Amino acid sequence: MKSVVKQERMALSGDEAVAYAVKQSDVDVVAAYPITPQTIIVERFSEYVANGEVQTEYICTESEHSALAACLAASVTGARTFTASASAGLALMHEMLFVTSGCRAPVVMAIANRALSAPLNIHGDHSDSMAQRDSGWIQLYAENAQEVYDSIIQAFRIAEDVDVLLPIMVGLDGFTLSHTLENVDTLPDDAVKQFVGSRKFPNVLTHEGKKAPFKLDPETPMTMGPIALPNYYFEFKRQQEEAMKNALSVIQKVNSEYAKISDRSYGNGLIEPYRLDDAEIAAVCLGSTAGTMKTIVDALREKGVKAGLLRLRTFRPLPIEDLRSALCNVKAVAVMDRCMSFGGHGGPVFHEIRNVLYDADVRPYVVNYIYGLGGRDTSPLELRSIYSDLQRIVAAKRVEKPIQYLGLRE
Amino acid sequence: MVLKPSDFRVPEVYADWCPGCGDFGIMNALQMAFAELGLEPHQIVLVSGIGCSGKEAHNVKCYGVHTLHGRTLPFAMGIKVANPNLEVLAIGGDGDGLGIGAGHFVNAGRRNLDMTYIIHNNGVYGLTKGQASPTLRLGVQTKSLPKPNINEAINSIGLAIISGFTFAARSYAYDVRHLKDTIKQAIQHKGLAFIDCLQPCPTYNNVTTKEWYAGEDRKDASGKPQPRLYKLEETGFDPVVHDWAEDFQKKMAALDKAREWGDRIPIGVFYKNELEPTFQDRLTSRIPFYMQRPPAKQKLCDENGFSTVDLSEFMKELKTS
Repeated sequence: MKSVVKQERMALSGDEAVAYAVKQSDVDVVAAYPITPQTIIVERFSEYVANGEVQTEYICTESEHSALAACLAASVTGARTFTASASAGLALMHEMLFVTSGCRAPVVMAIANRALSAPLNIHGDHSDSMAQRDSGWIQLYAENAQEVYDSIIQAFRIAEDVDVLLPIMVGLDGFTLSHTLENVDTLPDDAVKQFVGSRKFPNVLTHEGKKAPFKLDPETPMTMGPIALPNYYFEFKRQQEEAMKNALSVIQKVNSEYAKISDRSYGNGLIEPYRLDDAEIAAVCLGSTAGTMKTIVDALREKGVKAGLLRLRTFRPLPIEDLRSALCNVKAVAVMDRCMSFGGHGGPVFHEIRNVLYDADVRPYVVNYIYGLGGRDTSPLELRSIYSDLQRIVAAKRVEKPIQYLGLRE
Repeated sequence: MVLKPSDFRVPEVYADWCPGCGDFGIMNALQMAFAELGLEPHQIVLVSGIGCSGKEAHNVKCYGVHTLHGRTLPFAMGIKVANPNLEVLAIGGDGDGLGIGAGHFVNAGRRNLDMTYIIHNNGVYGLTKGQASPTLRLGVQTKSLPKPNINEAINSIGLAIISGFTFAARSYAYDVRHLKDTIKQAIQHKGLAFIDCLQPCPTYNNVTTKEWYAGEDRKDASGKPQPRLYKLEETGFDPVVHDWAEDFQKKMAALDKAREWGDRIPIGVFYKNELEPTFQDRLTSRIPFYMQRPPAKQKLCDENGFSTVDLSEFMKELKTS
């Protein structure tokens, strides 16, 4: 397949790739508060604003809670909005995350994934966004700076789709992606502008009985996010769930439409299987770890080991059917979590994968690896050992220790 | 045992602030003040927030708590209420205390706990590369700002007095002796004490620099710089409220002084009132044994891990049959 538009190769860190994608996506309002390792995103973007390269209202707030409040308010008036955060900043937004998804405001947020305090740590893991799993936001996790760039552009299309209208967060691993320079092929400004388009609004019935676009406008007054007591609240929540289900097909559609102009796609947009078709053993992971895992799979394949990988790109909504059909023929699956669910049975991704496979006709063995917390380096050798463990599990026909820690002193 | 300032150093921790950072001066002043007051490390708790100033708690030998952004005061208040016999100092940046944590700042004033709060005031968010902080004045353009600041600064001394802090002072990180004396007064003050500590940020604040504070840009006829900072105590300014009748007038005088900025910037004590009951006084009036048996000294459970609280009488009241 030939690339439809001519692209320019740039050297960008993950953070810079986000800022550049936002710059091209014709965003009306950006409100943010600095926090490592996200700061460079809004720092670069503020330079675009200062240089007059974008037509964006840029608001410096006094906290992340206020930053998201400002984005929400702008978004419900019909503005395209963006913010970025990480770690404690995202945690401080917790209350506003639910208000944003409940108001069906399609805010796009980049998360430079970072560990949570205490002890204080600025390095990468997925504890911050996993803790917001149930906040009603779509969650994508990118593998490299190229995907970060592509995903941010796609995020506006996904979030603003009238069948979805949900906020979305795009995760990029702190420092590993946020601060590392990579080659990124960028689309021309007009191609991005055309792809993203302008915001569309479904027509709703206002309390005055008029049909009007779903946004706050003095010409057609309406109420958003009002009080809904036991009589209606439940129905609102059910609608959000329906929107999440709709997002599954929208993400796939956006992924394939984006491929037509860029010649790049990420699996079907939901999951990215890698040498999985005839695999007997496979790992499931999110984010930048997949890059290293692919080279390990290649090396194992050369030795005749039928190893594969499934990278989960879309964690929310969870692509249940895709996951099940991709993994049901594998004999043993290792699920990798860069986050802990204290007191639970394994990490959050493990919960999902094991749950999904419960309904498979033949259930593969499933084992959980918790790794890389607080930026702990995970070496290729350690990752390689996961596949050796899987081979042993298949041979022994049982999982001895379902929850394992990788690269941990004990 | 009489301790020296050096006894409060933590040699095994490398203080990684930029060369010339005001935080070094504040660290030294804290260590000197603790030594001169005859305090020992186990009697002191330093509670810090997020930002460059957060590392003060790592670099002074005493109990240290490095908390969340903007939450220094709630942590410090909890510690002080649980154990009022500890000397509690909250330390944070201007963004920490007056931006994200401004709600806590105001509400701390309502309680008048007998503790000290020091704000590192350099006008910028140094750790995240120099964005404008809530103390940067309108129209000022520091290094990282593409345009002059669009927001007006918070008047921290004024806010402290209006919020109910019973001691409000300002000092300067490069005048370590003055800062040390101010910290000593703040610790000895009976009630909630606030120190607005001015400090240059040599990396990101290229406007209010040490040369600016020293008045190098305004020299007299003989070529001598005219420093901007002057000491209130040298002008005969009396900040102390001796009688409630003069409280309003003292507050107004302090607020008037707090408005001064530019070519003449006062440092020293602006306001001091020990007539207001502290939170400990208020608690003691309800719980007479509070100071002798504060929560930190109470047993939570017996040797078998069972609660020491007898709920049987209370449970009897809830019984329906």
